[in-house]
Parts: sequence; structure tokens; C-alpha cells
Amino acid sequence: MRLTCPYCGSRGNDEFVYLGSADPVRPSHHDAPAEQWTAYVYERTNPAGAHRELWHHSFGCRSWLIVTRDTRTHEVLKTEPARDAAHTSSEVAVP
Amino acid sequence: MTRTLQPNRLAGGGLIDRERILPFTFDGRSYQGQAGDTLASALLANGVTLVGRSFKYHRPRGILSAGPEEPNALVELRTGARREPNTRATVAELYDGLTATSQNRWPSLAFDMMSVNGLAGPLFSAGFYYKTFMWPASFWEKVYEPLIRRAAGLGRAAREADPDKYDRSHLFCDVLVVGGGTAGLAAALAASRSGARVVLCEQDFLLGGQSLSCNDEIDGKPARSWVQDATRELEAARRVRILTRTTAFGLFDHGVCGAVERVSDHLEAPAPHAVRQRYWKIVARRIVLAAGAIERPIVFPGNDRPGIMMSSAVRSYIERFAVLPGRRAVVFTANDSGYATAQALKRAGAEVAAVVDSRPKSVQRGAAESVDAPIVHGGAVTATRGRLQLRKIEIVDGDGRKREIDADLLAMGGGWDPAVHLTCHLGGKPQWSDEIGAFVPGRLPAEIAVAGAAGGRFTIAGALGDGQRAGNEAARNCGYAANADTVSTVEAASGPANGAPFWHLGHVAKKCFVDFQNDVTAADISLAACEGYRSVEHLKRYTTLGMATDQGKSSGVNGLALLAEATNRTIAETGTTTYRPPFTPVAIGAIAGYERGKEFRPSRYTPTHDWAAERGAVFVEVGQWYRAQWYPRRGEKDWLESVNREATAVRTAVGICDVSTLGKIEVTGPDSGRLLDLVYANAMSGLKVGRVRYGVMLREDGHVFDDGTVARVAPDRFFLTTTTAHAEAVLRHMEFCHQVLAPSFDVSFIDVTDRWAQLAIAGPKSRELLGKLLGSGFDMSSESVPYLSVSKLTIGDVPARLYRISFSGELGYELGIPADFADALVRRLEELGEPLGLTPYGTEAMTVLRVEKGFAASGELNGQTTARDLGLAELMSTKKDYVGRALIGRPAFIDPDRPILVSFAPVDHAAPLSAGSHFLNIGAPASLENDQGYMTSIVYSPTFGHYIGLGFLKRGRERIGSRVRAYDPVRNRDVEVEVGHACRFDPSGGRARA
Repeated sequence: MRLTCPYCGSRGNDEFVYLGSADPVRPSHHDAPAEQWTAYVYERTNPAGAHRELWHHSFGCRSWLIVTRDTRTHEVLKTEPARDAAHTSSEVAVP
Repeated sequence: MTRTLQPNRLAGGGLIDRERILPFTFDGRSYQGQAGDTLASALLANGVTLVGRSFKYHRPRGILSAGPEEPNALVELRTGARREPNTRATVAELYDGLTATSQNRWPSLAFDMMSVNGLAGPLFSAGFYYKTFMWPASFWEKVYEPLIRRAAGLGRAAREADPDKYDRSHLFCDVLVVGGGTAGLAAALAASRSGARVVLCEQDFLLGGQSLSCNDEIDGKPARSWVQDATRELEAARRVRILTRTTAFGLFDHGVCGAVERVSDHLEAPAPHAVRQRYWKIVARRIVLAAGAIERPIVFPGNDRPGIMMSSAVRSYIERFAVLPGRRAVVFTANDSGYATAQALKRAGAEVAAVVDSRPKSVQRGAAESVDAPIVHGGAVTATRGRLQLRKIEIVDGDGRKREIDADLLAMGGGWDPAVHLTCHLGGKPQWSDEIGAFVPGRLPAEIAVAGAAGGRFTIAGALGDGQRAGNEAARNCGYAANADTVSTVEAASGPANGAPFWHLGHVAKKCFVDFQNDVTAADISLAACEGYRSVEHLKRYTTLGMATDQGKSSGVNGLALLAEATNRTIAETGTTTYRPPFTPVAIGAIAGYERGKEFRPSRYTPTHDWAAERGAVFVEVGQWYRAQWYPRRGEKDWLESVNREATAVRTAVGICDVSTLGKIEVTGPDSGRLLDLVYANAMSGLKVGRVRYGVMLREDGHVFDDGTVARVAPDRFFLTTTTAHAEAVLRHMEFCHQVLAPSFDVSFIDVTDRWAQLAIAGPKSRELLGKLLGSGFDMSSESVPYLSVSKLTIGDVPARLYRISFSGELGYELGIPADFADALVRRLEELGEPLGLTPYGTEAMTVLRVEKGFAASGELNGQTTARDLGLAELMSTKKDYVGRALIGRPAFIDPDRPILVSFAPVDHAAPLSAGSHFLNIGAPASLENDQGYMTSIVYSPTFGHYIGLGFLKRGRERIGSRVRAYDPVRNRDVEVEVGHACRFDPSGGRARA
């Protein structure tokens, strides 16, 4: 398996560490309803098809990446830096 | 010409070096072969046709094929530590002094006691093991299995460690061509001429594939001359790399191919410093699979005798190896390629007693006329005779008339199966083609194409055109302009073409072998079908069809056809089993490469390792690290005595311990404090410059992730430590928090674990020792260096940091210094500390000290405990958000019954404790319902004079002073213990603050 790191180019999967789905969005505050937190921490879908997932380029530039991969074919549809991903724009509430 | 005693070696021709004679032995007898031989061709040249015994029935077996699909001719190659079982003689390259032994026979190959199994044939039918060895269950391990293993085994593995080295390398290219036959060469030439970077892999030691064994012409010259020219051109091309003796064994996602190069397998032993094999990870933008095709046997009674060979193999032995495998031959064929074999036999001087063509006369083309031999149209072979070697063949002609023919060689060919194996590794399903009567590759990823016989185009013209097209297209897809020239041409369509498939002779009771290696017969398949095994995957496992080391390369399709017929389905409906990597067996050594023994993972040494070793330290492996565990001294009777001395020295004088294995991260940038507030449960942004704070990190689910100290060395710069085990995971987590959760923060991290050495100097005399080191110019007083502070200083010219922190409960410091200076520093400290009683201490004494203090470590930070469990509830900030905050208030986490950290001491001070014990109330039976918690760490405490332990106990805090039992059924211990506060030693903490 190969991933194309936006910073480093095409690299073997042994340079990367997988975390899991990139879809759950961290609730904006610790007081958010428990359901939201439970969903963020525990609930994962298992799609047959496009799956957005977090990979860390541990043995490269140490960037967190969002890789969109077709779970049926392993085709990588998109690789982008996690920091650029739109859904993280809701920044955590840090007083 | 050098004369040798090789009775079946032809006087001329072949691609062998007649000047180089290679002596070898088989089963202890000496023979001679030629350079360019395989073990199989050399054995045949010497007239050796009996080479092995079959797996189940111990039937005599000879050489069936001339390639990697060989099911019969498996031998043990080499001796001693290099002995390699189940080596296919058909691909083992002959070398000077080769030693091979037959397998699976006793006492000898010609007289095998176990062949009595053949008489008991019906007993060993499909599902035999499942049906017979069912009862009683206790018999399986002690009686049945040893019995079966002795009777039915293949070769013996070497008993010594493999003395050879294996390499692992990466290779990158535009176009990878798998297979160096006609199609592969054409593809490589086309891609190379377009300018692409090409890698060509061929499992054989020669390029050319089937064209080395044919009599056809390409570009108006003999095919093998064309192969030579093509090879020369490719060798001269700067951007082409040819890997012969290299099997592409697996295809993986995104153009990754696994291949094994047999670098030294054609030598007796690798040259000095050379590797035995090399595992290539080839990364290609486009892959052309030109793996060729495998000829299919025919299923008829007695089709397994020595002397019965694949038709194409007979051609190979004659044309390529100049070996005539028999004097009087019969060819049994289902297509035109049998006539080419008959011609080759005739040219080599053999008598062709008959060509038995399964097709009626009407479907035959011109091929038949060109052979001067009796042709039996619509015929079949119905029986064979000869105990250790084929003697007679019984045939039936199209009119049903039977007769016997004397023959010592039977060349059979039921058709050709494209080698679709690699096309299945990425999920492709082979499709049945009625047109060619075989499976062809199914859907493939865009980066992979198939060319030549592997795609069902069996003629040389087809292979050339196909290869060129695939090579051009692959290069074009990599951005190179396609080359318009035709690579090569061939006059007429020649080479084998599949006719209507011919599988077997219908129902016969006698042994008609389908899978030669696993002794699966047509009757076994019928029986399995009768018993309801309809799925090929079930059939395979029930009958063991295709489950031997050859993975059914030659037998698979025959098996499917028989099952299809037995279950009244088409072959397309029946489908194939799943082909997985590796294509042919791969040595574990090749996959492991250099990562074996102690090199399985990196070894990391602390900066003071040499110094500790000089002092006789006993080292313990902690992950990749080697840490001093204790320092035995002369006269000490066991480790405990050493550890007691070390721990006591820290409590009464001063000790020194290398703690450099802690993960160390430097955090810089204006938002460093904000980021640390998010990562740690306690507040860090308010930490003053020059101060240190203990910190706890949670996972988002509320459990403790890691702990350590955070020092603020400048307004925008923090230095933090992690536990040894979590160093990498913590950094990754912090990068996650920054990049994913708080990307706008201006902060960055540097892993400085290996840059800074850190030495713990602990004990009541530690201040005095450091005073001597740093001199009067540095004020060591508590006012200047208070508890939980960090000071920047220099030792000589070397920058250093002094942290006043304590993991022992004593007055203590950790001194950070660039790693290169740690050895000099520790030796200087030892010199200065000698009058003070400075004692090096290891991880055991460190554990004693921290357990006496109730400090948590790996046993307590086990991923299932919360800060509250650890007695650190008050540490968790209520004024900010942080990772893990939202879920720490879950009902189960704040349940008053939840076990929390307390300490334990045996009521009988002589009693030992054990970690892992579970707590029970006095008198309560040992059951899950009565479980009160568990012990996580135990030490013998020299301070208290008895064992103490840390553990988690339900309502532990409320039970201080009361007694429970520490129950350990594994070590058979049941000890009454008294519950105490987690911190047993100096609970006020006065000593650390002194």
C-alpha cells in the first residue's frame, strides 16, 4: 500500500501510523451533551466505500493526514493535511 | 567435447554448457550434470526417473514438469543447517557438489514400507482424517497425530539455525514486467524503447520462457536467438534492470510487488558477505503480468507413474536441456501442442509409438500430418503399468478398441491454464473462457495489465503482439511517448492453442490422480460431491485438493472441472478457490531479512551504558531500551541483597540512576501553554518560568494515558518528560491535539529524547554532591533551587539543566546534559560522590523507592485506570477544557465502589506478596462476585523490613487499617494483608522538600 503525503510525496505504508475514522467531530465544549461525546469517542461507521481516515506520517514529516480510501478497492481518493480539513474549523474551546 | 556418463544426454543442442561438468549426489549416489541443468534435467540425463514418494499412498513418483508448478519431484536440498525440504528439483539449479535426498520414504526410495497405504486405498479417501480419527478425543494428540505425522510427511527442516543472511531492498520503476518469456521480453523492449524505467523479473535463471523449448522462429531466426538479442538489448539499456532467479510472489495495493531473488541458491553456499536471498519490494507505476501458462495434466488411471510427464516438459528437456527422458514414447494430447512434442521426440531420436489425440479426426488441423507416427484419433490412455517406472500403456481408440503399447515415456497435455495467480492477489476473480477452455484473468486495477499466455493468448505471435501493446501502453501511462516500431514479428500463428478441454475418462474405480502432491483422486472428488460438498472452498479443505506446497498449480482446474461435472454445473458456475500470495513458497528468512535474533528490533542504550556495564550492572530490556536493573557487588548472595543496599543508600546517603529513557519533548511557541492545557488534565499555562509541575494526560475516554513532569524553561518554551514506554505515542498524541484539534495554535514540538541525558541524583546527601560538582558559584540552597524548580546552568562549558524533582521521596534532582557528555559527567560525579557513599542504583531499587511512596508507574497506568482511581482527582482542572475531561464524570468512573489505589502490607511480615493477586474479604470464597480489586506492584521494602504492594481496592480509602486477603491461585498464595495509604513512606513529603 502507498500513500501520497501532501508534503513528502508517494511513500510506503510502513512510514505511516493509522488512527481511525476522521469523521467524528470533537464537541466544542466539555459540557456538550453526553450523546455528542459518546458519539465522538466511541461511535464509528464501517462503510463499504469511501472512508475518511486519519493517518500520521510518523516516519516522515509527522503530519496528521486525512486519507479518503475506498474500503472495497483500497483506492486512495484523496490525501490532505488534517489541519486543512474543513470540519476542524470549529476549534476547541480553550479558555 | 568432454565425455560424461549421462546415458540420456543428447549429443548436441540444448542451452547447457557441455564444457562445465558438475558432479552431484542424489540419495548418496554420485552423478554428473552440466552447467545450465536443473537438478531435474540432470537426474533425467542420468536416467533417474524415480525421485520421490507421494504424500499419502507413498506411490513412486517421477518428474512431472519442468517448472515451478512441480508437484512430485520434491527433494531435500543440501545438508546440515542449510538443509531445505520440499525443494522442487525442476527449479533447483545444478551446482558443483549439490547434494539432494529423496523424501517421504522408508527405508529407501525403491522399497518404501509405507506404500502399503496404497493397498488400503479406500481407507484414505476424501475426508479420511475427519471420519476416522474422531474418537476418543484424547487419542488425537497422543496417538493419531504422531502416527499420521510419521506416515505422511514431506521433507525435514534443518534442525540448526539458518547460517545465511538475507537482504531486503526496495526498487522503484515506471514499468514492472513479471515474466521474461516472449510476451514479457516484448513488453520490456517496448517500454524500454519508450524511455521508461523498466524492471523485468524472471523466476528462471534464463530469460525466454517457453520459447527456449520450442522450435519456432521470430524475425526469421530461431526463437532462442531472438531471446538472446532481446536480452542483449535490455542488458545494454541504461534504464532497464533485469532480475533473473527472481519470483514475483505477490501483488499488493498501489503498484507494490513482492519478489524474492535467489541470489546464492545456485551455489553451494553464499560467497563471503553475500546474501542467500533478497526480498525485493518493487514499487511500479504500471505492471505488466506476463507470467505465462501452466500445462494441465489429464486425469486417467495410473497417471502418476514415473515416466509420465507433461508434454511441454518433455519438449523442455529435449530442446533446452538436451536430455531425452525416454526411448519409446506415447503422446497423449488434447490439443495441437502434443504434435510439437512428438516432433521433438522424433528429432531427438526417440521412437514415438503413438500420438493419442482425444479429439475426433474431424477437429484436427495440419499439425497431425507433420508427424511421422501412428495417430489414434478420439483415443485415450486407459491404464498404465510398471512398478517403479512406466513399462506399458493401455489405450483405447475412437472405436472403443483397446490395446497395449510398450513405452517408457508418456507425454500428456490436457490444455493450458493461464497463470492467473498474481491477478487474484488484489481481489480479481478469474473468468472462465469457453473459447480457450480455461480461466483467464478477471477485473484488474488500472495499473496492472496482462500479456501473452497469462491472458490466454498462447501463440508466439499473440505473445509478441500482446507484450508489445502492454509495454507501450504501460510506458504511455507513465508519460512516455509510445514507440511506434513493431518489436518483432513471427511468420504464422504457431505454438499451443487450447482445443475443447479434455479432463478425464469418466467414472473409473482405479486411481486417477488430480492432485499429485496431496494424492487426491477423481474418486475423492466424486465422493466429496456425493457427501454434499458443492463449494470449491469446501471441496478443497475436505479433500485437501490444492493444499500442498504446489498449491494446486497444475491440478486446480482439473479438480474444478470434476466437481462441476459431479454437481451438474458449469465450470464458470463452480468458480475457483482464492489464490493468495505467495505464488511459490517464500523462505521466512527472506521476509525477516536482517530483523532476526537480537536485530529483530533496534537496541537502545542509555548514555551511561558503558559506565554501568563496567560496574557489573545487570541489564533489563524495557521495550527497545537496555536499563541497569541492579549492580551486584562481590559477596552479595542474590539480587535482593543488591537492591536492598541500593534502595537503602538512596534513603540514607545518595544514589545515582540514569533516567534518560524517559521520553523528552521540547515544546516551543507562543501558544505552548495553551496547547499543554489541552493535553494535560491539570493547568500548565499558569506555570511560572523556572518551575516544574507533575502532569497527567488522559485519553479522550477519561482513562489516564501518561504522566510526567513539565518544566517551563522560558515564557514560550516548555520541556516535558513522558514515561519510557509512551514516548512516541505521547508525541504523536500531542501532534494530533495540535494539528487536528487546535491547528491555529502557534506551537511546535521537538523530540529530544536522545539529545538530553538525564541523571537522577537522589538522597539526603544529593545537595552536597551537586554542590561539589557545581562549585561555590552555584547556590544550591532551597531558596535558590526550590522543590519543583528548573535551573539552567553550565558544567564547565556544557549547558545543563537541573530539575529538582523526586521519584524516590528523598531530596532529589535530575540533571540534564547533552547526551554526549553524560559518560564524563557520571564518572565525575562518581569521583566526587565516593566520600559521600554515592551508590549507583537500577530500576529495581527505583521501583522499591516509588512503591514505598505510592507513586504510580506502568502497573498502575495500565490503560484502565482514571486519575481519580490513582488518588489524583484534585489534580484535574475544573477551569478549562482538556482531552478526557468530558467523560471523567461517567457513572462507572465515579462509582464509590470503584477500586482505588491503596497500599498493602502482609500481616505476617515474613510472607511474600505477588502482583496480580486479587483481593477478597476475609472468609469470602474466591469467586468473581467477591472480587475486591487487584495488586499491581509489589516490592520487598528494606525500609519497612517486609513486602509491600500497591493495588486497587474497592472503597480502599475507607478501608485503611482493615484487612483483606491477597489471593493468588497461580502461585498458590493466600496472604492476609493490611490496607494502608498509598504513600507509606514520609506521607507529609518533608524529605523531598528538605
